[in-house]
Amino acid sequence: MPFKRYVEIGRIALVNYGKDYGKLVVIVDVIDQNRALVDAPDMVRGQMNFKRLTLTDIKIDIKRVPNKKTLIAAMEAADVKSKWENSSWGRKLIVQKKRASLNDFDRFKVMLAKIKKAGVVRQELAKLKKETA
Amino acid sequence: MSYKYHQFQVVGRGLPTETEEQPKIYRMKLWATNEVRAKSKFWYYLRKLKKVKKSNGQMLAINEIFEKNPTTIKNYGIWLRYQSRTGYHNMYKEYRDTTLNGAIEQMYTEMASRHRVRHHCIQVIKTATIPAKLCKRESTKQFHNSKIKFPLVFKKVRPPTRKLKTTYKASRPNLFV
Repeated sequence: MPFKRYVEIGRIALVNYGKDYGKLVVIVDVIDQNRALVDAPDMVRGQMNFKRLTLTDIKIDIKRVPNKKTLIAAMEAADVKSKWENSSWGRKLIVQKKRASLNDFDRFKVMLAKIKKAGVVRQELAKLKKETA
Repeated sequence: MSYKYHQFQVVGRGLPTETEEQPKIYRMKLWATNEVRAKSKFWYYLRKLKKVKKSNGQMLAINEIFEKNPTTIKNYGIWLRYQSRTGYHNMYKEYRDTTLNGAIEQMYTEMASRHRVRHHCIQVIKTATIPAKLCKRESTKQFHNSKIKFPLVFKKVRPPTRKLKTTYKASRPNLFV
């Protein structure tokens, strides 16, 4: 199984530990075998250990250590945000966040919607069963 | 990023006497964990270089030096003198880091691990930011590649906070990327 996601300049990674948990960052340069210089539009450029990063499939086209404006422009050009939110991984994270932020009334509404959906599915299934029987 | 070793600029001189009204002022840049230790180190080195001790000298200033550009990666060369079990040796080591304090911390931990030299047996002679062309060590030169690319081979997924850490897991972890 060859590797598909490489640590390279322009690779987007998700932070999976620490203060910036859940953020998407760009690998802007590699310090050494264990650390990278990462940057995101809303944070100061800093170093991060690879153990705190999970690489994604998204890669943008930047030169080594771009300045903040170029980085933001490149991220806009590659449309990182929409690519991430439309990917299955990104969508799953959005759903998780939504579920964690529901209040009790929202959970009640979800329960009603689930019951309704199950009812509709069961009706369709009964119709199909009748046709084949 | 909190560093264990901070860089201080320590300025001191001998006390003025009748024979010497304006003694020479000496300044040192050194690394210590705190200001108290920095002052002590200053007198240690000054005693070895000049005929002055803490008891007949005075501290004029001590300031912490912070990194000017902590967002750029630099190659640091560190010259040091250390005491091994059999004598004193000089060494030159290179580190890639964003700050000089980080490089010094890397140096201390590496000397401890590779040569079993503890912190008090190491004296930093000189540090410098080395441009990429003049780096001597292959382990720093291998990162001087603008198109650097490598995969992360073993990816151990950690719980996102230490609170979620468990001793036993239901299944073996998947280490592929």
